[in-house]
Formats: sequence, C-alpha cells, structure tokens
Amino acid sequence: MGNFGPAAREALKDGQLRSNFRRAMDGLMSKRAALFADQDEWTRLRALGESIKARALAQLPELLEKLEANCRKNGIQVHWAETTAQANDIILGLLQKRGAKTLVKGKSMVSEEMHLNAFLEGHGIEALETDLGEYVIQLDHEAPSHIIMPAIHKNKQQIARLFSEKIKEAQYTEDVDALTGMARQVLRRKFREADAGLSGVNFAVAETGTLCLVENEGNGRLCTTVPPLHIAVMGLEKVVERLEDVPPLISLLTRSATGQPITTYVNMITSPRRPGEKDGPEEVHLVILDNGRSRSYSDEQLRRTLQCIRCGACMNHCPVYTRVGGHAYNAPYPGPIGKILMPQIEGMEAKGELAHASSLCNACVEVCPVKIPIAELLVRLRTEGAHARADAPVLQPGAERSTAEALAWKMWSRMATSPTAWKMAGTMAGTFDPLMPEAFGPLADWKKGGRTRPRFAKKSLHRLLRDKGVPDA
Amino acid sequence: MPDARDSILSRLRAAPRGPAPGSDFSVMEDRFFPPEERLARLRKMMEAVSAEFFETTKADWPRFLHGLLVQQGIGSILYGPGSEAGQRLAEEWPEGGARAVAYDRPMDSFKEEMFNGVEAGLTSTLGGIAETGSLILWPSADEPRALSLVPPVHVALLDPDKLHNTFWQAMRALGWSQTQMPANALLVSGPSKTTDIEQTLAYGVHGPKRLIVLITR
Ligand code: SF4
Repeated sequence: MGNFGPAAREALKDGQLRSNFRRAMDGLMSKRAALFADQDEWTRLRALGESIKARALAQLPELLEKLEANCRKNGIQVHWAETTAQANDIILGLLQKRGAKTLVKGKSMVSEEMHLNAFLEGHGIEALETDLGEYVIQLDHEAPSHIIMPAIHKNKQQIARLFSEKIKEAQYTEDVDALTGMARQVLRRKFREADAGLSGVNFAVAETGTLCLVENEGNGRLCTTVPPLHIAVMGLEKVVERLEDVPPLISLLTRSATGQPITTYVNMITSPRRPGEKDGPEEVHLVILDNGRSRSYSDEQLRRTLQCIRCGACMNHCPVYTRVGGHAYNAPYPGPIGKILMPQIEGMEAKGELAHASSLCNACVEVCPVKIPIAELLVRLRTEGAHARADAPVLQPGAERSTAEALAWKMWSRMATSPTAWKMAGTMAGTFDPLMPEAFGPLADWKKGGRTRPRFAKKSLHRLLRDKGVPDA
Repeated sequence: MPDARDSILSRLRAAPRGPAPGSDFSVMEDRFFPPEERLARLRKMMEAVSAEFFETTKADWPRFLHGLLVQQGIGSILYGPGSEAGQRLAEEWPEGGARAVAYDRPMDSFKEEMFNGVEAGLTSTLGGIAETGSLILWPSADEPRALSLVPPVHVALLDPDKLHNTFWQAMRALGWSQTQMPANALLVSGPSKTTDIEQTLAYGVHGPKRLIVLITR
C-alpha cells in the first residue's frame, strides 16, 4: 500500500518546505499567466497542441515504426524496452560494449522512472546528473520534487550548506552566481572526460527521425555533443508526426513550464557525427520505453494520459502539491500528472492511492496545454481501484476496495432510492445530531485539520419547502 | 524471449482507434511582425535574457570583431576555417591583440585546449526569429557544433535581412522537412542560464556565459 497520507501529514508540518514551495509556485504561476495573456491565442494554440498529440496517438504504432526507420536511415540505432529493467539492461550493454565508466546525464524523467542511476552504480558505472537542480539533489541523495525544477524544495541556504560540505575546497556562500560557478567548474571537467552522455527526448519526429530537446543550461547539449556515445531515452508517447508539429508544442511547453517564450536552446538531433565532421558523438542510440504505456493505450479514455508533454503546469497550480511538495508522492512524477500516471505505470496496489490525493478542483485541467481531462481520469482511476474486473486496463484493479466503504455506499444507494427511507433518515439525522459525538470515524481526521464538524439541519429541505407551502415537496 | 518491439507494436495495434484528427495551424500562420520591426523585436527579446548586440557591416565585421575582442579583453576566438565566415576571419584578421584559433581537427584531439584554452567561438547563423528572439544555427563539418557551446563567449553573425516571424514559419520557409537536416540543428536564444537555485536567474551555468550578436548590414 502507498503512504501518501502519512507523508503528506509530515510535509504539512514543515514550515520551511511549505514556504519554499509557496514562493516557487506563485512565481511560476504568474510568469505563465503573463505569457498566455492573449486568451484567443491561448485557446487556439492549445487546441492545436491537443490535436497534434491526439493525431500522433491515433497513428502511434505506425509513427513509431516510421520514427525507427528514419532514425536508422540517419544512423541512430533504435532499441525497444517493455519494462524499465529491459531499458536499464540495454543501456548497461551499450555502455559496457564501449568500456564506459562514466556517464554524464542531461535531465530525463524517464531515467528517473527507470531508477537508472542506482542501477548503473550497482554495475560500477558512475552516472552523474548535470542539470544544476538534478546535480544538487544527487549530491544530497534525494529524488526530484518537481519534473521541471527538481530542487525546488531547497532554498539557497540549504544548497550553500550542501555545496560547502560536498564539493572539495568549496567555501560557504549564499551567492547564487558563485554557487552556479562552483557547479560549472566541477561539471565541465566531467563533460570533457565522460565516456558517454544520456538525455531524454521532448519530441521525436517520425517524418525526419529527429530528436528534439529543450533546455536552458547547455548541459543537455554538452551531454549530446561531447562524449563519443549518446544514448537518448523516451517513453513511447513522445513521437510526433511531422517537424512542423514541433514549434507549437515547444511554445506551449516552455510558456506553461517556466513562463519563458522559448528556452535558451532548442536542440534538434538527427544523426551521429557524419564523415568529415569534427565533433558530435560517434554513436547515437534511442531507447523507446513502454513500461505500462501500451496498457493505458488500450483504453481510449486512459490513453489521453499519453498526450502529456511534461510541462509541470498542473503541479504548479495544484493546491495539494503546493502544500505537501513533491516528495510526499514518493514517485518520479508528482502532482496531478503523477496522480494519473503513476497508478497506470506501477499499478493500483502500489500507487492507486495517489488518484485520491486531489480535491478535483480542476485547476490542473484549466492550465493543461494539451487539454488532458485530469479530473475525469482521477475519477476513472478511483473507480478502477474500487472494482475488480478481468479486462481492466490497469494492474490490480479493485486493489483499493474496502468492505466498509462498499457497504456504506450500498446502504446509501438503498436509502437514496426509497423516498420513505430517505425521509426517515433525514428526520433522524436532524433529531439525533446533537447527541452524536463531536468526532468519530472519518470525521476524526477531518476535525484534526482544525475544522468544525458539519451539522445536520434540524429541519430537512423538504420540510422547509412544505412549511413554505410548496405543494409537492 | 518474445521481441520487445513486436510485442509493444502488436499491443498498440490491437487497441481501438478512431480516425486521426486534423490540426488547424492558423494560429501559427497568423503570427506576423512587419519586416521593419522584426530586428527590434528580436533584439528586445534577446536583450531581456542578456544577449549583447553590436552593429557592423558585411564588409567590415572581421576587423570590427577583432577590435571588440581586444576592447573587451577576450584573448582568443575559435572559428571553423572551412566556413565562409571562417575564411573571411582568417584572411582579414589583424595582427596582434586577440588570437584566432582554427577548429581544424577533431574535437577529441584538442578537448583540453577547447575547454580551458580558448575564450570565444564564432558561428554564422541561418537567420533569426522575431517572435521568440532566437538565432538559427546549422552546424556542419565546416562550422562544428562546439563553436557555440564550449567556449565561454559565443559570437554569432546575424544578417538582418534573414529574419522570420516565428520558428514555425522559418522551418517552412527554409523547407526543413524536405532537406536533409544537419546532425544537430539549433535555436539559440541567449547565453546559458539557470533558475534552479531558488528561482534566481544565473547566467553561464554550463554553456557560454555571454552571447554576442553581430548584426552585419
Ligand atoms: S498533464 Fe498537462 S499540465 Fe500536467 S505536465 Fe502533462 S501536459 Fe503539463
């Protein structure tokens, strides 16, 4: 079973964490809003983005084959993995074949999903994160708490302390430029010496066999340019049909994610180093990962999860995420996207609980640049968690069913479909309410949050209406 | 063991599917900046992220660049000797002051110097994008990828007559999907930056710390 509940309660007590997140999310929300000030443009661009992803999904197997064929033609070798274990093995094999001992990594959420770093370390290969935020949390042996800003839970004092403890000869400083400079110095040597580089993929273009990556720091470019071997990993949903599909998606992505009109670099990789070229990797490999995605694809509603372009806007706007932070979800993808994705990837037993970590307020749905109906999917997953059925498109359907809850709903449905029972229950609730204890059962939890218990009205709505002379009430 | 590729593809093929929806690109087509405003727009967008601009001429840019480097205390610049810009630079580079270093060997044989020796790198551009303030780079054997990546200062030449409204329009105008894309095509919209420490903006985290754009009229 999951442990979101206890983890969330712990996180809520951490005032520092809450203020770090509050400040960060407020900043990200207002920067995003400023760039989508033109409502008409937002509406049209968003509809375009949704249609591009829906069009790609409608032809997914064909586009993946086309991507593979075009990549091969360009000299990029393509590998397929059903599970994260297979993907890890493929990468290990590629590294071992070249005798690689060190791997520099650009940001890749799929590699987090695979727990690649720990796996490689177990095989004696150093996997070093080079995105500044990822570098910070790797130094502290932490997991990312946000898909775009992995170290967002830390303030600069915490990072200053960490650097002064972990980086040789580093002096304690809270100056952000100086801290950035320290990381630059350490990592530049690593880029130069690394045997291999790894990156994620934002969009893979079937038409041309091109891998598109967006970033601000330049570490992604260094990982994909300097070492002799470049391995890119992607979930199978990253493929798009045409090159001209990419600019609108990039515009939606960078504006939604960080409120930037564009990132510093848009990096489009079509082949390894060509004859006569002086730089670029000699080998480029693309690993395409399934890990449950094809199962979600089998269901037309759950399939929409695969439209996601990983912008993080849903988490920036989520009232739950903002208060508990990313680590409480204990998942590579936190926030609303994590709540719909993780139960589908890891199953209802391990992660079904996350689908309940939402008030269904719809804030995520309003900002999602590709119009994923996150709230509907949360409800759907809650249903799958409560009902076991043979052909469900999720792992362990019904894993969350509780006998008490099922019984309560059964009684409720009896009562609500019988006018006599309904009236009787209403009258009884009103009459006996003052005699009921202040907090019991689920109400105890409700009250712990400092809320007052809701009361039943003395007179039911029916009664009040009848008193007012409404005839049929 | 069943082949992962075939199992994945056959599962995907078995799923119920409707027709693929069309896409309305009119929002991309509509974006327009009058030609005479494009340069100002690009400059404003790029200066907002600390790119630096200088105006020079097509005839004089090598001498201008030399003077600029000397004035800014930048001691050396890496260039691709096979490219048109590189040839101009090699032929017209004044004696003394800043050193011009030819990128004429594979990177592997002079990584050390490239990472710790040269202070700047020169590239041409295919043009610019007004909407987002971006330069289009098209690296090649003659103008390698690392020129705009490894040295701490990136100097880019921009022809003000080659400005597009948007990335999407540029890609179509230049017919990218019909041509062979280079190993690595790029948009560059400023110097390297990060906000990973407390959302505070810092420049030059891994890539170039400065981006200098020379507008060649
Ligand atoms: S679900 Fe939508 S808002 Fe959330 S990360 Fe994905 S694309 Fe962005």
